[in-house]
Amino acid sequence: MSIPARFGPYGGRYVPETVIPALDELAAAYERLRDDPVFRSQLKALLKNFVGRPTPLYLAERLSSRLGGPRIYLKREDLCHTGAHKINNTVGQLLLAVEMGKTRVIAETGAGQHGVATATAAALFGIPCAIYMGEKDIDRQELNVVRMKLLGAEVIPVSSGSRTLKDAMNDAIRDWVTNVENTYYVIGSVAGPAPYPAIVRELQSVIGREALAQIQEAEGRLPTELIACVGGGSNAMGLFAPFLEKEYIRLTGVEAGGEGLDTGRHGASIERGERGVLHGSLSYVLQDAYGQILEAHSISAGLDYPGVGPEHSFLHDEGRVRYDSVTDAEALAAFTMLSGTEGIIPALESAHAIAYLARHIDRFTHEDLIIVNLSGRGDKDVYQAARMLELL
Amino acid sequence: MSALGKLFEKRRKKALLMPYITGGYPSMHACGHLLDAFIEGGADMIELGVPFSDPLADGPVVQASAQQALDAGVTPDDVLTLASRYSSRLPVVLLVYYNCIFAYGQERFAEAAAAAGVSGLIVPDLPVDEASEFIDVCRARGVDVILLVAPTSTGERIGMIAARASGFIYCVSVAGVTGARDALSDQLPDFLARVRERTDVPLAVGFGVSTAEQAAAVARHADGVIIGSKLISMVRDAGEVDIAARAVKTFLSQVNEELIK
Ligand SMILES: Cc1ncc(COP(=O)(O)O)c(C=O)c1O
Repeated sequence: MSIPARFGPYGGRYVPETVIPALDELAAAYERLRDDPVFRSQLKALLKNFVGRPTPLYLAERLSSRLGGPRIYLKREDLCHTGAHKINNTVGQLLLAVEMGKTRVIAETGAGQHGVATATAAALFGIPCAIYMGEKDIDRQELNVVRMKLLGAEVIPVSSGSRTLKDAMNDAIRDWVTNVENTYYVIGSVAGPAPYPAIVRELQSVIGREALAQIQEAEGRLPTELIACVGGGSNAMGLFAPFLEKEYIRLTGVEAGGEGLDTGRHGASIERGERGVLHGSLSYVLQDAYGQILEAHSISAGLDYPGVGPEHSFLHDEGRVRYDSVTDAEALAAFTMLSGTEGIIPALESAHAIAYLARHIDRFTHEDLIIVNLSGRGDKDVYQAARMLELL
Repeated sequence: MSALGKLFEKRRKKALLMPYITGGYPSMHACGHLLDAFIEGGADMIELGVPFSDPLADGPVVQASAQQALDAGVTPDDVLTLASRYSSRLPVVLLVYYNCIFAYGQERFAEAAAAAGVSGLIVPDLPVDEASEFIDVCRARGVDVILLVAPTSTGERIGMIAARASGFIYCVSVAGVTGARDALSDQLPDFLARVRERTDVPLAVGFGVSTAEQAAAVARHADGVIIGSKLISMVRDAGEVDIAARAVKTFLSQVNEELIK
């Protein structure tokens, strides 16, 4: 089965001609390697020994009883090496890059988790690495900037536009267009031109495959609902992928509601965006009537993005996944609650998924069995939280 | 034959001079003066950019000009109006990112471009594989979609592009984004020869051409020379509109002399 370039009408390759041959080359390399026994066993070994997989599926008993509704399991991607699901993707893509004979890698990053994960994998393979990061994100995710530098990556500040993830991705694409002969572009979510959305989805779907086996082992039945936050949408796609065909399982993606959807300051591309082309693919995008891309807003740098992966747009239109959002304030409250209730400090991104559950708890019964993707840990967010909660 | 086809037909003896400016830069009013200077400087065609928030094929100079125009509220409609004022004097080609077309509606945009007398559309993020429908929509209205080829394009892709090209083919001189460069790639002649082998459509070269000498060197292998970032940085550095217009006119005249030689 060849990897898809479109999901319904969404996706495609809206990028300069200069990089189209490289996308063809990438698609061909991935098609060849994904079923190659050596590649697969290398990837499997890395996920086990370097990333620390499988990650636990943890029954959050105190959270369940505190919310007073369903049984809640957390898929503990926060326990991956480097602290988020992003590394599942980067070790896979670095293996690809090496196989393709590339000698330099670049990436964009918002929260810095993908930047750290790329820098980590690049260090592991001994490949030079440059990370583009918006100046605004550099300010709010200091810890990850330091980590990337320690890992030997060059962190390139981006000062154009909204100085966040969107602009970092623009500059990463510009770098790639310029250095495409030797450089591999490690895209960090299920976004960008084909074949990236399909490759990243497949590399992240290890989350869902594990969760499926783990929940059956623990409960002897399938979950009734899966919940994950959606920035570009990779942790959500990774969890959802093996469940998509099980139509009776409800799937929920939680976007960044920012200061509220009606304030215009949010990152809810699916709920409030229109179809448009951003960063190489057709999807839902926050834009004005002339197609100028709008600034997103979120407390969480990883969700502060005016686009979303094309497959999510498709799944939204199909009605297979429901999308909703929670505000900055709700996410911050969930961040604090999970820390105090379970001894787990979540990433602000992941806190959106918890906050959704808290807000809609009345919808659930004791019969419900929920898996929330805890996509990352909150170490990177503690200074920001301290400022907002006046803890220091 | 399309307007651009005729233009290149007429000018077989000299490579065409094709200056670029971002529409509405440095202001709507000043931009008009610069277009006058283009004409006085001997331009054969005008390339006008529709400012876009996320121009990923552009380097810092063009990016900043687009941002300035957007901050001043310039819209695609404004640029179309500007185009309509000049298209009776010289062929006008718009450089426009695909999302501006998509949001406008492909047919509506093609319609509006035709009504403004625009001869062609360059869409830097719409490779030939994605362009089929839009090419048909435009062609039905007498507007050429100008396809780009890059030094990285394989022979097979050059063939695909040539098969759908009309007006001219925009040959990107180097792998990279727009921006003035000190030297042209020494692989440019080989690259252009590879494209020429596969098509009779005129070839224009852009990205990085910034001096009269470079333009002359390009003209030995191509039918048209596109100059953009260099002009925008001249305008930026001049500060005042009149000074900018004079500098642009003088520079283009010098380039044109080299092209005629
Ligand atoms: C912990 C965490 N979760 C989620 C995201 C959002 O990305 P995606 O929607 O691709 O999972 C990020 C991005 O930086 C992240 O760091």
